Amino acid sequence: MIDREQVLHVAKLARLELSDDEVGRMATELSSVLGHIETISQLELDDVPPTSHVVEVANALRADVETPCLPRDVALAAAPAVQDGGFLVPSPQASA
Amino acid sequence: MSDVTALTAKQAADAIAAGDLDATELFEAYRAKAAADELNAYTWVADEAPAPTAATAGPLAGVPLAVKDLFCTEGVPSQSGSKILEGYRPPYTASVVARLQAAGAPLLAKTNQDEFAMGSSNENSAYGPVLNPWDRTRVPGGSSGGSAAAVAGGSAPWALGTDTGGSIRQPAALTGIVGLKPTYGSVSRYGMIAFASSLDQAGPLTRDVTDAALLYGRMTGRDPMDSTSLQHPEEIVLPTAERLDGIRLGVPEAITGEGIEPGVFARFEETLKLAQELGATVQRVPLPHAEHGLSAYYVIAPAEASSNLARFDGVRYGLRVEAPDLLSMYTRTRHDGFGAEVKRRIMLGTYALSSGYYDAYYGKAQRVRTLIADDYKRAFASVDLVVTPTAPTVAFGLGAKTADPLEMYLNDLFTVPISLAGIPAISIPSGLSDDLPVGFQMAGPAFSENRILGAAYALERAIGFDATAGRV
Amino acid sequence: MSSVEYETVIGLEIHVQLATRTKMFCGCPLSFGDPPNTHTCPVCLALPGSLPVTNAEAIHYGLMMGMALGSELAPRSIFHRKNYFYPDSPKAYQISQYDEPLCLGGRLGDVRIHRVHLEEDAAKLVHVGASGRLHASDASIVDFNRGGTPLAEIVTEPDLRDATAAADWLRMLRSTLRVLGVSDVNMEEGSLRCDANISIRPAGTAELGTKTELKNMNSFRYIERGIRAEAARQEAILRAGGTVEQETLHFDPRTEAITSLRSKEDAHDYRYFPEPDLTPVAISQDMLDRARAALPELPLARAGRFERDLGLSDEAARLLAFRTELGDYYEAALGSGSGAEPQPLANWLGNELLSRLDADADPAQSQVTPAALAQLVALVGEKQVTQGGARQVLDKLVAEGGEPAAIVEAEGLGAVGGSDELAPIVEAALAANPDVAEKLRGGDMKPIGVIVGFVMKQTKGRADGGEITRLVRAQLGL
Repeated sequence: MIDREQVLHVAKLARLELSDDEVGRMATELSSVLGHIETISQLELDDVPPTSHVVEVANALRADVETPCLPRDVALAAAPAVQDGGFLVPSPQASA
Repeated sequence: MSDVTALTAKQAADAIAAGDLDATELFEAYRAKAAADELNAYTWVADEAPAPTAATAGPLAGVPLAVKDLFCTEGVPSQSGSKILEGYRPPYTASVVARLQAAGAPLLAKTNQDEFAMGSSNENSAYGPVLNPWDRTRVPGGSSGGSAAAVAGGSAPWALGTDTGGSIRQPAALTGIVGLKPTYGSVSRYGMIAFASSLDQAGPLTRDVTDAALLYGRMTGRDPMDSTSLQHPEEIVLPTAERLDGIRLGVPEAITGEGIEPGVFARFEETLKLAQELGATVQRVPLPHAEHGLSAYYVIAPAEASSNLARFDGVRYGLRVEAPDLLSMYTRTRHDGFGAEVKRRIMLGTYALSSGYYDAYYGKAQRVRTLIADDYKRAFASVDLVVTPTAPTVAFGLGAKTADPLEMYLNDLFTVPISLAGIPAISIPSGLSDDLPVGFQMAGPAFSENRILGAAYALERAIGFDATAGRV
Repeated sequence: MSSVEYETVIGLEIHVQLATRTKMFCGCPLSFGDPPNTHTCPVCLALPGSLPVTNAEAIHYGLMMGMALGSELAPRSIFHRKNYFYPDSPKAYQISQYDEPLCLGGRLGDVRIHRVHLEEDAAKLVHVGASGRLHASDASIVDFNRGGTPLAEIVTEPDLRDATAAADWLRMLRSTLRVLGVSDVNMEEGSLRCDANISIRPAGTAELGTKTELKNMNSFRYIERGIRAEAARQEAILRAGGTVEQETLHFDPRTEAITSLRSKEDAHDYRYFPEPDLTPVAISQDMLDRARAALPELPLARAGRFERDLGLSDEAARLLAFRTELGDYYEAALGSGSGAEPQPLANWLGNELLSRLDADADPAQSQVTPAALAQLVALVGEKQVTQGGARQVLDKLVAEGGEPAAIVEAEGLGAVGGSDELAPIVEAALAANPDVAEKLRGGDMKPIGVIVGFVMKQTKGRADGGEITRLVRAQLGL
C-alpha cells in the first residue's frame, strides 16, 4: 500500500524526522488507514461538484484601512532566537 | 452555606443578578475545585478571582468559564495539548472567548485536550490523559475531554470546547453532559488554534440544555476577523417546550444496531419511544453516502491539518530543536514536538494532497462531502431532525483502543457525517448502560439550533437524567 | 556541423507589489525600509489561531489591471494554498491563486497575457553570516514587514522573440501599470520583479524547446542581458549535441554567469488545495463599474489619440505613449504655445533629446524644459536655425538649461538662409569647383554634396541644405 520509500518522501515534504522504527510503524499504520479510505477513490464522482467552501457566501472582504500592529518586542516575545530585531534561523544555504 | 457549585450556570447567573449570590464567591468555589482536580482536566487554572467589572452585570453574570487549551487567551498558556506549544502565551485572545468575557463570563481555567484536537479519548495529550469522572479507569472521550470532565466532574459550571468530527458531542455523550456543535460559520474561529479549517467549530459543554442555550446565545455573530463566519439569522432563545408535538424525527436507514453496543442501542430505542410519547413521529430516512463519511473525513481533516500545522517550524514561537542547518531544525523540532497521532495525520494529509494523489483522495473526498450534504438536505425535506446514538459505545478503558488508529476513528462514525455537512447537532444524555452514560444525538438543518435546543429540552425533562450521579 | 538558425522564445512572469495602504490579508500598513518587524500582527506573523481576510482594494486593483490588459475577468475566483517550507513563509504556505484566477487571457501590444492573479508576498530573509548564537553556523534573520504585501502576478504567453523586445515590452507594461496607479513599479525597490522563461528552437519550427526559468533580474538592462546570455548558453549546448535541462537559474549581471538555483528534481510539490479560510471572490456589477470608472487613458489609447489627432507616425505615437513620462513631457511641450509641429517635435524628443540623456531617464528631470524644446523645434521649423545648429543649441540646453532663442543669439547660431546672404557663397562654391559645376549642369546631381559642403564650411554649418540646393539649381539654370 504505502512503502518505506513513500513514507520517507512524504516525511520530507512534511519536514518530519522519523526514526527507522517510526518509518516502519508509519508505513503499517498508514497502509491500514489508506486501505479503508481507498473505497472513495473508486467512486465515480465526475459530475459531482467538490465542496471547497462549506459556507455559501462570497466576498468576505475588508476595507483597505490600517489596524494597529504589534509592538516589536511583543512580536518577538515568543521567538526561540532573536538578533538585530529579527528572527534568527540557520541559513537556508547552510547544509548539514 | 449550600454548595454554590451545585447550581447550574443559569441558576447561578439568576442568583447573582438577583443579588443572592456573590460572583467572586462563586468563582472562588470553582477555582478551588479546579485546582484540586484529580481528573487531569486542566492545563492551567486561574490564580485568583478577577476584580469585579462592569461585564459581571452582563447576561452571563460572572459565571466562570473553562476554556479548551486551543483557544488563544492573552498572556495565558494556549498549547492545544501539544508539546510544540508548551508554555506558549499568545498576545491576543480568541474572538469567541473575548465575546463571552464581555458578556460576563470570566476565564476560570484552560482545559486539557487531545493534541491539536486530534483524538476521541483525550489520550493524545502531551499533558497526560484525562480521566472520566464516572469511572477513572476510563476515558472521557475527545478531543474536548478536559472540558467534558471539568463540567461532568463538577469543577466548572460550563466549558468551551471545539468540534471537528465529534469532539464536543462524543465526550459529552461519554461523560453524561450536554454538548452542542453549531452550524459551521456561526461562531468565529479567530484565535482558535486550527485543526481542520472547514470543520472546526467552537461550542458549549454544559450540565443541561438551558445552560447550553444560554452560553451559545452569547457566542454567535459575524466576526470580521474570520472570513468564514456568518451572522446567525436567529436570536438563540432559552427553550421552554415540554412536548414534541409535530416534530418529525428521522433515523438513518443504516442504524440497525450493528456496530453499536447493545446497551447503547437499547437506550437509543427507548429514547425514540419516549419522543413518540411526547408527540414526535419517527421515520426512517436514507442517508446513502454517510457510510463514506469516515473515509472522506479522514482525508479532508488530515489534509487541512497537515497544512495548518506546517507553521510549527521552530522559527517564530514554540519549541525549537537547535540544529546546524535549517532542514534539520525543521525536522527535529517537528519530530520532538508532535505526538504520534498528530504525526500520523500530518503524514496522511500530506500524502492525500501530494502530486499524483490529489484527485484520488482529496478531490474525491470533497465530492463525497457534497453528496453527504445533499443527503441531509433531502432528508430534511421530510423530517425536522435526524437522530442517532452519539457514539457507538460507552466510555472505554484507558489504553483499550490505542493500539489501532482505525479502531479509535470508528468512535466518530455517527458524528462525522454531520460535521462534513456543516449542520448543527446536540448530544444529550439519554440514560446509562453498564452504569456509564449514553448520548442521544439530534441534528437539524443549517441554523436550526433553536429547534434543536427546544426538542432537546423537552426530551431532557422527560428523560430526567441525573448528571451529577457519576461524580466520584 | 549544422548551420541551423535558432530562434529564442521568451515568456515573462512579472510580480507587481500593489500600492494599497495595507497588506493583502491583514490591516498592517505596507512598509519599505522601516526597522525590522515593526509592521506585523498575528495574521502576517502566522501566530497560532490567526486567520486571513482579503483586502477589497487589492481586488479592485486586480480588476483594473485585468481591464487594462483586456483580460476576461472571472465571475468567481478562489484562493489556493501553495504549501512549502521556508523561513520567509510564516504559514509554510503562501495564499495564492491556482486554477481559478481573477483574470484569464488578454493582450498588451504584441504579447498575449496568459493570466493575472493575486497573492501575498513573502517576508525578507537577510543573510548574516556566522552567528555565535547558532552553533557558529551560517545564519539568517527574518523580517516580516514585507510579508503579506499584496502582489499581482502577470504571466505572458511565450510570444517574445528577442531580449530587446522583452525589455521594451516590460517597459510598456510598467508604463501601463504606472498610469493605472496600482503600483510604484520600481524595480530597484522591488515593487516590480520579473522572471523570464526562455527556450530556443530551430527557426521556423513550431514545437517549443525545453525552457529554463531565469529569476530576479532587477533592471531592464539586466533582463535584456540575462535573456541574451541564457539563449546563448542554450544554443551552445544544442550545437554541441547536448540537451537543455529544465531548471531555475540565477543571472549574475557583473560576471554574466548563469548558475543553477534548483533543478527539476528539486522542484517543489506545492500540494495546492482551495484555501478554506477565505471565501470565493464573486465579481459584482458595482465592482466592475468602480474599476472601469477608475481607469485612466491607457498607453495604447493615448498612442491611438496621438496618431489620430496629431497625425504622428505609429512608431512615434507608441514611443511617446508607452513611456508615460515621454508622453507627459510631449503634451506639455505641445501645449506651451510655441508653434512647434507635432511630428518634428516628436522626432526631436524621441531621437535628439533622448539620445543625449541616460537610458530610461525622464526628460522632465533634465535641464531642458518642455517649453524650451518646443521653442527650439519651432525655430527649426521657421528656418531660423538649421538642424545642425539646433543640435548645438540642444547640447547647450542639456548641459545648462536656458532659452533656445537666447542661446542661438549668444552663440551666433542663427541660420544663414536669406538668399542675399547665401547666394554669393553658393556662387563662390560653384566657381571654386568648376568640374563639379560642369557635372551638375549636365544633369548629374551626385556631386552636389561638394557644393553643399563648401557652403556649410563657409557658414559654419548654419546654412539650410535645402536652400543651398535651390540656389545651386537657380544659378545653374536647372
